[in-house]
Amino acid sequence: MQLTGTLFSDTAALAGLDLATFPDYPAEIRAPHNTVAGVSGFQVHVGAKKIETTGDQCDVLVAMNPASLKANLKWASPGATIIVDMDAFEEIAIKKAGYSVNPLEDGSLANYNLVKAPITTLTRASLKPLGLDAKSVDKSKNMFALGIMYHLFSWNFDATYAFFDKKFKSKPQVIQANKIVLEAGYSFADTVEALQSVYQVSKAAIKPGRYRNITGNVATAWGFLAAAERSGRPLFLGSYPITPATEILIELAKHKSLGAKVFQAEDEIAGICSAIGASYTGSLALTTTSGPGLSLKSEAIGLAVMTELPLVIVNVQRGGPSTGLPTKTEQSDLYQALFGRNGECPAVVIAASSSANCFYYAYMASKIAMEHMTPVILLTDGYLGNGSQLFQIPKVAELPDIKPPIAEPNDPDYKPYKRNPETLARKWALPGTEGLRHRIGGLEKEDVYGNVSTDPINHQKMTELRNEKVMRIANYIPDQEVIGDKEGDLLVVSWGGTLGAVQEAVEEVQKEGKKVSFAHFNYIMPLPKNTSDVLKGFKKILVCELNSGQFVNYLKMTQYGHVYRQYNKVQGLPFTVSELTGAINKTLEEK
Amino acid sequence: MSTQPNMTIERSSVELNKEDFVSDQMVKWCPGCGAHAILSSVANVFPKLGYRKENIMMVSGIGCSSRFPYYVNTYGIHGIHGRAAAISSGVKIANPHLSVWMATGDGDSMAIGGNHFIHIIRRNIDINILLFNNQIYGLTKGQYSPTTPMGSVTKTSPQGTIEHPFNPGELVLGAQGTFFARVVDTNPRLMTEVMFEAAKHDGTSIIEILQNCVIFADKTHDAVTNKEVRDDRQIVLRNGHPMVFGKNRDKGIRLKGTRLEVVTIGENGITEDDLLVHDVYQQDPGIHLMLAKMAYPHFPIALGVIRSANYPTYDDLVEEQISYAKENGKIKNVDDLLNSGETWEIK
Repeated sequence: MQLTGTLFSDTAALAGLDLATFPDYPAEIRAPHNTVAGVSGFQVHVGAKKIETTGDQCDVLVAMNPASLKANLKWASPGATIIVDMDAFEEIAIKKAGYSVNPLEDGSLANYNLVKAPITTLTRASLKPLGLDAKSVDKSKNMFALGIMYHLFSWNFDATYAFFDKKFKSKPQVIQANKIVLEAGYSFADTVEALQSVYQVSKAAIKPGRYRNITGNVATAWGFLAAAERSGRPLFLGSYPITPATEILIELAKHKSLGAKVFQAEDEIAGICSAIGASYTGSLALTTTSGPGLSLKSEAIGLAVMTELPLVIVNVQRGGPSTGLPTKTEQSDLYQALFGRNGECPAVVIAASSSANCFYYAYMASKIAMEHMTPVILLTDGYLGNGSQLFQIPKVAELPDIKPPIAEPNDPDYKPYKRNPETLARKWALPGTEGLRHRIGGLEKEDVYGNVSTDPINHQKMTELRNEKVMRIANYIPDQEVIGDKEGDLLVVSWGGTLGAVQEAVEEVQKEGKKVSFAHFNYIMPLPKNTSDVLKGFKKILVCELNSGQFVNYLKMTQYGHVYRQYNKVQGLPFTVSELTGAINKTLEEK
Repeated sequence: MSTQPNMTIERSSVELNKEDFVSDQMVKWCPGCGAHAILSSVANVFPKLGYRKENIMMVSGIGCSSRFPYYVNTYGIHGIHGRAAAISSGVKIANPHLSVWMATGDGDSMAIGGNHFIHIIRRNIDINILLFNNQIYGLTKGQYSPTTPMGSVTKTSPQGTIEHPFNPGELVLGAQGTFFARVVDTNPRLMTEVMFEAAKHDGTSIIEILQNCVIFADKTHDAVTNKEVRDDRQIVLRNGHPMVFGKNRDKGIRLKGTRLEVVTIGENGITEDDLLVHDVYQQDPGIHLMLAKMAYPHFPIALGVIRSANYPTYDDLVEEQISYAKENGKIKNVDDLLNSGETWEIK
């Protein structure tokens, strides 16, 4: 089903549409068949306008069995076309999905345009001449559904055929089977009356340029590769596989031709510790993980803070605590990123806000880490990481400069903890360089010289310096933008992966003439310098986030004198636009 | 087997000596601690390697042993508890032109860092590991460690420990170690010799140093290191030589069936020809494991290089894969990557 979704969205992109996708799949590789929990879904939003979200409700729902109908019917808009494989609605499967009677026959779908397609039967019949085994035949069923969809949207098969030809190069029979079934689905749709209303989606108004489709995790990996190339520092990733962050590790492992060194460590701790070792030698050092993995890395982040080494830690957030909801999305690791370490241990926190801009924020995280000699935590989430989006291809030469403060050989002034007076960053002295031998470690450091020190006054000074170094990064990041007027009745605030939904919701209420503006944060620690100025222009502030209120509490700590309201959702799912407009309108009405 | 250390590491153009590696920091180990002798041996061996002094790096974890990097004037990281092997791995993979040395202890590497320890060995990353085994937690003041002999009374085992200790050699060979040596802190000459051999070995080299903690486990190795008895309770293994030991050089080790046996030369018609001849380069670790496991009172403990087998190193294989990919890969820069696959122009 995930492959079918990808093929559909790639074809949509080639048809010149903007799009956003959201795969929603169970944690199990072979989840129990025909159960609601085991449903693997793929949500695609295509359109002629700029697509910010994967959409609240769908116009077309494809359900391959009763369980997927049960799990997803709530997302179908009134009057939506529902395509089902009627062959899969057998008594056992219906019961297993939790229906007492067959939903195709009890009239419960009367308000929808229900298309009962005998997908299994027709797939088998169309493949009979090939003499394939039953398992291979049934694997092609999704292509039948895809063929129906292509007819609905009047798209051609070119991209999908090209994909088959490449993917199954060594299996000509599989290529043939997939093409036959795809065409059979298309022909079926062409002949049945139920599908006469064909969806015509015209081309989106997108900025001219060269584009590709990209997932957030791949965009993150590529942002790092670009930062390594621009900075001239070799890339090193130390990582341990964890859902939903593993794709970054997989992607970087492919790019040895760009010199990327990828170390699949024995655990999360070895992932970050190997990166710290690589950082000391002068690499752009990275470690990638998700929530529970970040917990395991906490102590080592402290070592990177104390040794003031550049390091980027990516946390593709998922539902927590503990193992939580590994394949679902959430923004509940903000506290952990900000505060989850022993001692006073400041690190930079940045959050990407779309699948495509994961590239840019991975790049900026690397730039800040190296230029300011500090660990940076980059927060994305399962929704951004797995979701895909149109990505305007940048030119590496046009990305911002990255100039790490590398110490010159035999620099007579070199001291391990002597700082740049502007940034407070120390110099990066690489092993192998003449005249710079030095030792660093996790014990408190003497100011300037870096020797082990337990002096009380020195400890306070170093604590303040470490904090000040991070806070001064506010001088090097863009001001916080506001969408809408600088003053008004309500400022809607959000951060990270919720950008698309919140922006669409705000635009909807703005169209109704309400005095609502929008500020979406990507730089969390430190916050942009003008944050307080942005907040003070509004009577009310509504902070929307996919947790119980972590960013709003952080704002209360750091930006006082404002009255905050909050809208929270902790269901492992992204916001829908309609629930946000509801919350915004409710806040406007409140006294 | 080369007689020179790693040739990919840049060599010093001038002759170095011990003073080149002395740091300006005060050494804070207890007077009489075995670590002083280890430090002195390291300072002796580093100039002999012939490397540029800037190309040597020390990494450590936490514990008494792990203060080591502060006392040697090289590049160095004092890491966090148990993680020295992981940090070292990153250092060596990122820059294979460094000679990387790791100082660690029986707590740091056998307990909290056990996972990293077995995996660095399994991968055979070219790092020289000095494992200070004093069979006690010193820095936290006297709790038992994973190598403390069973039954020992310590602060956390007032009735004696009820845990079976690790034999580090067994663990190293079980993790497919390619180099294992054992020395005692009271024999600096052997220590220096073995450290040089470890540096020459391509791959992870483990040197277990039986070290005395004068405060919390004084004389813990006394049964085998005491001057009066040590010649009869130690055997120094030398490649190509028959396994002879004893004050009078009249005892030896031979293979009887599938087991080792201590024999006396001259008794029951036994001559030197009946003894096992040490082969450090043997790929099969069977005999090496038996040698590493020899323990008092039934056997002398084995010292010197027990195993030095030749296998590819992880760091070399990484470089090979990268140079192959660079030569054969289509993607030469990030612009190529961004424009690879399906892209389209929107006008």
